[in-house]
Amino acid sequence: MTQRLVTIKNRAGIHARPAALLVQTAGKFAAKVFLEKDGERVNGKSIMGIITLAATYNTAIRIIAEGVDEKEAVDALARLFENKFEED
Amino acid sequence: MKKITVLDLLQLDLKENEALNLKCIAGRAGLARELKVPEINRPGLELSGFYENFAFQRIQIFGRGETAYLWKLEREGKRDTLEMFFASEVPCCVFTHQQQPTGDLLALAEGSGCPVLQTDLSSSEFTTRVIRVLSNIFAPKQSVHAVLVEVFGIGVLLMGDSGVGKSEAALALVERNHRLVADDLVEIRRIGGNILMGTGTGVSSHHMEIRGLGIINITHLFGVGAIRDKKQIQVAVKLEDWDPAKSYDRIGAEENFIEILGVQVPHLVIPVKPGRNIPILIETAAMNERLKKMGYYSAKEFSRNVMRWLETESARAIFLDET
Repeated sequence: MTQRLVTIKNRAGIHARPAALLVQTAGKFAAKVFLEKDGERVNGKSIMGIITLAATYNTAIRIIAEGVDEKEAVDALARLFENKFEED
Repeated sequence: MKKITVLDLLQLDLKENEALNLKCIAGRAGLARELKVPEINRPGLELSGFYENFAFQRIQIFGRGETAYLWKLEREGKRDTLEMFFASEVPCCVFTHQQQPTGDLLALAEGSGCPVLQTDLSSSEFTTRVIRVLSNIFAPKQSVHAVLVEVFGIGVLLMGDSGVGKSEAALALVERNHRLVADDLVEIRRIGGNILMGTGTGVSSHHMEIRGLGIINITHLFGVGAIRDKKQIQVAVKLEDWDPAKSYDRIGAEENFIEILGVQVPHLVIPVKPGRNIPILIETAAMNERLKKMGYYSAKEFSRNVMRWLETESARAIFLDET
């Protein structure tokens, strides 16, 4: 299992478009992917799940992946957070 | 494009408010003359002797005024302007209000092989009808390999490679009380500026070829309520085999279009794989399209709600931090 703590840096938080971006990226990997906020864990491949996290600006999110390509999956997802989901 | 002749115009199968009620009263030899433009001319100026910019290639309409002037010319024994008129290759002359042409005109028309037609309609009514009819005939058109179905009143053009299941999806839609317009080959015409009207191509349109069943007749199998002759194309749906490497639209907040004959048509790509019920997806897409037309765009509305919700969550977090 690989995990990493990231912070949401785009002002709008995770709304529909970033959620779709996360799901699309997570979907490219075989590993199981989860996102966790305040102990609440959702499937990283479910768009509705991610949106219901209500992940706002400056929230800490833990990316968790489990499977053969877990490292690559966490790297790819963390990069989206760092790039502010190509927003702002 | 196929040549449109005066004979074609006479033989068009038009009903009620489209009927032109034309009959040929002279110059039968010229019925093969070609109509090159969907336009008309009222030859008043020409009859009085002014022939600059004479739009001779148009249908020449003789209304009450023109005909009265013709009779005046006949009484005065003047033929020269009429001779000039028939020196150009006029496609045909139409007398409205069931009016009788003069002997001079009939003789000259017969001599030069120009058809003389008569209608019981008024000039303005005939003009609007003939322009409408000819505009449809002359409209830009294109044939596409696709299936056209009407789903909840929305014209859905199903596209995709052979064997992807277009006909099967259409058959399932017909079975669910929707209507087939054309299978396999859809002829699309752009009419009235930006309306794309799709029809079948004659004999084959309400038949379907289903692999394993062969050719079936939808009208006989499902009744006349299961078919339509023409329908405006409002959405284009492309069916394609599911490609795991490709990412498909997950939100739908951005509208995609394809261009058909210069008109932008909303375009969806639906990936096909076992377990996905394509007819239900198409039905839902059609209903969603209706919602959009009514001004309710589900995906955008949802997106906006999420944004608003996130903003309040954000404000709450800040408030809690401060207290």
